[in-house]
Amino acid sequence: MDLYVPIIVLGVLAFAFAAGSVAMAAVTGPKRWNRAKLEAYECGIEPTPQPVGGGRFPIKYYLTAMLFIVFDIEIIFLYPWAVAFDRLGIFGLVEMVLFILTVLVAYAYIWRRGGLEWD
Amino acid sequence: MSPLAAAPAADPTLQDFGKDPWWLIGGKVLVIFVFLVLTVLISMWVERRVIGRMQLRVGPNRHGPFGLLQGLADGVKLALKEDIVPRQVDKVVFVLAPILSAVPAFISFIIIPFGPNVSVFGHQTALQGTDLPVAVLLVLAMSSIGVYGIVLAGWSSMSPYSLLGGLRSSAQVISYEIAMGLSFVAVFLFAGSMSTSDIVAAQHDTWFAVLLFPSFVVYVITMMGESNRIPFDLPEGEGELVGGFHTEYSSLKFAMFFLAEYINLATLSALATTLFLGGWRAPAPISTVWAGANSGWWPVLWFMVKLWLFIFFFIWLRGSLPRVRYDQLMKLGWKILMPFSLGWILLVAAIRAFKNEGYDMQQITIVTVVVAAAILGGTILWEMLRGGEGEEGAAAEAGAAPADPFAGGFPVPPLDAPHYHGRTAGTGARAATIGTRSEEVTRGTH
Repeated sequence: MDLYVPIIVLGVLAFAFAAGSVAMAAVTGPKRWNRAKLEAYECGIEPTPQPVGGGRFPIKYYLTAMLFIVFDIEIIFLYPWAVAFDRLGIFGLVEMVLFILTVLVAYAYIWRRGGLEWD
Repeated sequence: MSPLAAAPAADPTLQDFGKDPWWLIGGKVLVIFVFLVLTVLISMWVERRVIGRMQLRVGPNRHGPFGLLQGLADGVKLALKEDIVPRQVDKVVFVLAPILSAVPAFISFIIIPFGPNVSVFGHQTALQGTDLPVAVLLVLAMSSIGVYGIVLAGWSSMSPYSLLGGLRSSAQVISYEIAMGLSFVAVFLFAGSMSTSDIVAAQHDTWFAVLLFPSFVVYVITMMGESNRIPFDLPEGEGELVGGFHTEYSSLKFAMFFLAEYINLATLSALATTLFLGGWRAPAPISTVWAGANSGWWPVLWFMVKLWLFIFFFIWLRGSLPRVRYDQLMKLGWKILMPFSLGWILLVAAIRAFKNEGYDMQQITIVTVVVAAAILGGTILWEMLRGGEGEEGAAAEAGAAPADPFAGGFPVPPLDAPHYHGRTAGTGARAATIGTRSEEVTRGTH
């Protein structure tokens, strides 16, 4: 458990620094109220009207996030396998080839159905 | 490297960690923190000076000798600017996002090894914050948390540019994280460990950049994608998205994003050094002629040299490459780097497994070459067979009417153009003038 102590200490220090800086800006900076200043900046012209509850975004990003989860879990399986590889021998290799081939079927399906296309 | 180089006994391994007294933990943490802040200030200055030279101008040279204090001056200036929280934002998330972006950036660096065991006030300790059995996983986890900072900043700003910038950035980072994660697998395979000190110790004879060159190349490419910098800086494409996810931020909140970006730059460079370039080990000619190069405090120097070479490489790319297109970016990540990495991992694993089983290296090489040639030949044959089909498809596609983002009404689309944010057409001239952008939002051209 001692291994994790420095991580926590650095985390606390970094949080204190970041939160302290954000809080400090409210004190050190000037405050000159201006109606236009509180509008969304965007690119300097009149802001786009926003729908209630946030903007919409293309479904593609959602799809990318789902694909990421699928393949990231594949990687999570690869890590312990790689670390223990020398002990597993040929058995480990065959098992992982079968696993990767199974995932590749899903990958080929996504590719073929256009899940990886961006226009 | 030569047998004269530091004895393996001096190399710290995972067992050497977790024994520091409290004052040493505090000291290490403080040193890493200060090191990161200074690195950010200096790399900002180096970047502007180097880019300046590359563009045939001088760069900042006013504050301090050679303008070295430019970064500090910028920080002070940002602190003295008004901290604007726009009216439409989600206030809690808006304030939390920069903190969520900066804190994980700091934490990653704690597992980077700066050097071997040294004596600090009579106490033997490794020059590394700490080490875990899953050290590299910590870096990946922290970079994933950093994505939350970006996407929440974009979302909470309630501004289309910020939202799109945040989404683009998160999509890009997670896409490249897959290829990056795959490039680590071969390293773990050879090191037999995920702890950074063990990985450095495993590179005693040969650096993994030499042994696993394709993994190294994939890592360097994904490193560019992860850091959101040119040539992959789509999230901040000034010409299209103003500032990307931090468009609405000002003052020190903006500075936190900036800080996080530059710390990530340093972390990615340090990780490349650790995993592929032998960490703190002296480069070959030095360690061959000088036995003491890999002991004591000298390794810190080699580590810094490698780290700054990588940072310079980042800056060099920024000075020489244009921005790629978003679909090309995603295509590179998903369709090229990922299958390539998977194939490379299988190849490396197969070679290593057969070598462990006691097969002759020559036999393995011959079989590998035959299999690789068969796969390559099969691919070429496949491409030739379906080549005609592909061309037909392309021709048919070209024949079809191209999608018209202006709905036939450039520069002002008609009032009944496809919907905008659920509003019905005909809310007046205003809806028409913003139609162009709404098209992009709904169609996902970003």
